[in-house]
Amino acid sequence: MTRIKYFQELFQRYRRPGDLVFAVVFLLFALFLLSQLGEQTKWVKRTKWYGQPSLWPSIAVWGMAVFGAFHLLGSMVSPRIPGRLKEVVFWLQSLEYVLYFLAYVAIVPLCGYLPSTILFALYLTLRAGFRRPQHLALASLFATCVALIFRGFLQVKIPAGEIYQHLPDALRSFALTYL
Amino acid sequence: METFLSGLQILAQWEVFVALAIGSIGGVIIGALPGVGPAVAIAILLPATFAFEPIVGLTLLLGIYGSSMYGGAIPAILINTPGTPVNALTTYDGYPMTKRKEGHRALSLAYSASFFGGIFSVVCLIVLSPLLALIAPHFGSREIFLAAFMGILLVVVAHRGQTFAAGMLACFGIFLNTVGLEPVKYTKRFTFDQSWLSSGFDLIVVVLGLFALSQAFLLLIEKDHAPGEAHVQGNMLSGMKELLGMKRIATVSSSLGVLMGMIPGVGEFTAQFLSYTYAQKTSKTPDTFGNGSPEGLVASEAANNAVPGAAMIPLLALGIPGEALTAMMLSVFYVHNVIPGPQLFETQLDFVMALYLSLMLLNVIVLVFLLFSTNLLLKIIQIPTRFLGMMILTLSFIGVYSLRNSITDCAIAAGFGVFGLILKRLNLPIVPIILGMVLGGIMEVKLRAAMAAVKTPIDFISRPIAAIIFVMIIGILVLHIRTLIREQKAKRKPDPVGPDYEHSSQQG
Repeated sequence: MTRIKYFQELFQRYRRPGDLVFAVVFLLFALFLLSQLGEQTKWVKRTKWYGQPSLWPSIAVWGMAVFGAFHLLGSMVSPRIPGRLKEVVFWLQSLEYVLYFLAYVAIVPLCGYLPSTILFALYLTLRAGFRRPQHLALASLFATCVALIFRGFLQVKIPAGEIYQHLPDALRSFALTYL
Repeated sequence: METFLSGLQILAQWEVFVALAIGSIGGVIIGALPGVGPAVAIAILLPATFAFEPIVGLTLLLGIYGSSMYGGAIPAILINTPGTPVNALTTYDGYPMTKRKEGHRALSLAYSASFFGGIFSVVCLIVLSPLLALIAPHFGSREIFLAAFMGILLVVVAHRGQTFAAGMLACFGIFLNTVGLEPVKYTKRFTFDQSWLSSGFDLIVVVLGLFALSQAFLLLIEKDHAPGEAHVQGNMLSGMKELLGMKRIATVSSSLGVLMGMIPGVGEFTAQFLSYTYAQKTSKTPDTFGNGSPEGLVASEAANNAVPGAAMIPLLALGIPGEALTAMMLSVFYVHNVIPGPQLFETQLDFVMALYLSLMLLNVIVLVFLLFSTNLLLKIIQIPTRFLGMMILTLSFIGVYSLRNSITDCAIAAGFGVFGLILKRLNLPIVPIILGMVLGGIMEVKLRAAMAAVKTPIDFISRPIAAIIFVMIIGILVLHIRTLIREQKAKRKPDPVGPDYEHSSQQG
């Protein structure tokens, strides 16, 4: 019994809600990679061990599995703080913003950087709960500044929007270059 | 002297000054905003700097890196919320001083100590440069391999109470670096026959996801918690005089900052911990530490500000980044085909000198800026956190998309954003992943090169520098094991890494 207690103390650490879920998923991922080592990396003939393409992936994946197993062990013997499900739901909530972000990425080449950025900033501001006109105006101003500074002034590589092709001649080349 | 003047000449361009001013002032603002931090800002700006000359891009990023901790001290002292995780220790003594209506004194002391630490580290760098130029060429493949390995080892053991998590995440970083087409034998590694995996994971995409996108998601999902109002009055230079009375603490703390900054994988937290412990143990009033001790404040601020300058040493001299921010800067070098390492000190010492001088200049710019703008910064930091989340997410797009205009990159970055959010919520460290990615690549290349000239295993450590690094590695392992045994024997568990920001393991 004393030995078990000593063993527990050896691996005990502070553990936040959701720690066990993460530790299990990470270890499973490491074990999956471990099972794929032979398939996904090659041991090349007439090459010394230090030049083998599979050397570093093997070190990395074995390291992930061994450390991951100890991390899981630590999680299992450490005092639990309730709130696991709530925490996992919190993680999943981020997927909503991932979707918005990817939608923004998809519309930039179509609508152009400036209009897309203004739309994105306004939508996120509303989604974040800011409904007052000042907030919306600030979000639009911020988006406009970002687009003008990075695409117009710093000429960062962002494609022009297809929508700009339909602008009048005088405005088109300006929009294609700066907006 | 000739190198010094040549370095000055490189700096004497308007673009460099503009970059330095924007970087320094922007860095202070970013540092003062709780929830942003220099890592987020550097990750976002990184691709934009690729279009600039290396010195311009690097001064901009250095400006942010070197000045963010100045800004982070403001909310730490006045509203008990550290602007950057590195300023957490500042709250211990800074905020109690504010509660005693000594906020102005605490701020001016923090600025003075930060300035002292920053300048001290640059002076050390300039003095050490000839020595580094002498030693650096003796670093061959095996020495760099061993130094990179030591960096990984240190980043793992430095996360006390989270060693296993840091180990598995560092290995995950090494794994990420191996994915894709291997450049020597042209075999595929963990691509699962997917074309999007063939080119591997770009460091910048991973960095942007883990630092910037994760922070944006976190701020957007969490409840809004904008810092409260605060105001401070008085001459900010008055702390300089008081600092003179604490020369010993400021000097020792800055020295510890320089030393810890130079060692890959260690960084600000260890420097602060050591200097704070030193200051407390040698103080005539150790009981006041944690309750508003000016000495504690000086120790913490001088140590953390001495680190950025020193962290440039392994990066420039060996091409080995010691932490996440210098790892990001490494990519600026590579984009411009400037390879940091021993040759840089041999052939481009003036460039190195220009970087040192820009570090010195940024400290002056920041101090002058802060003397007049502390109250303005206190207004800026009241931006609601969810609004800040929207701003970071909008800006992150530029960082990822402008790299290759790739939707896949954006999707990967978003994936790492979710992963980073989970790590942040669990208070697991992100830095080991980045260092694993960078140092893993260095280790693979250098081991291959080194082993070609090695006949027996002992040959690997037969050269003096290699032998010294090897002894250091053994020493680190022995010390770590000894500490663990002592902790167990004393029935004392390692400090739990709690939910409070005081114990945060997130850097940058």
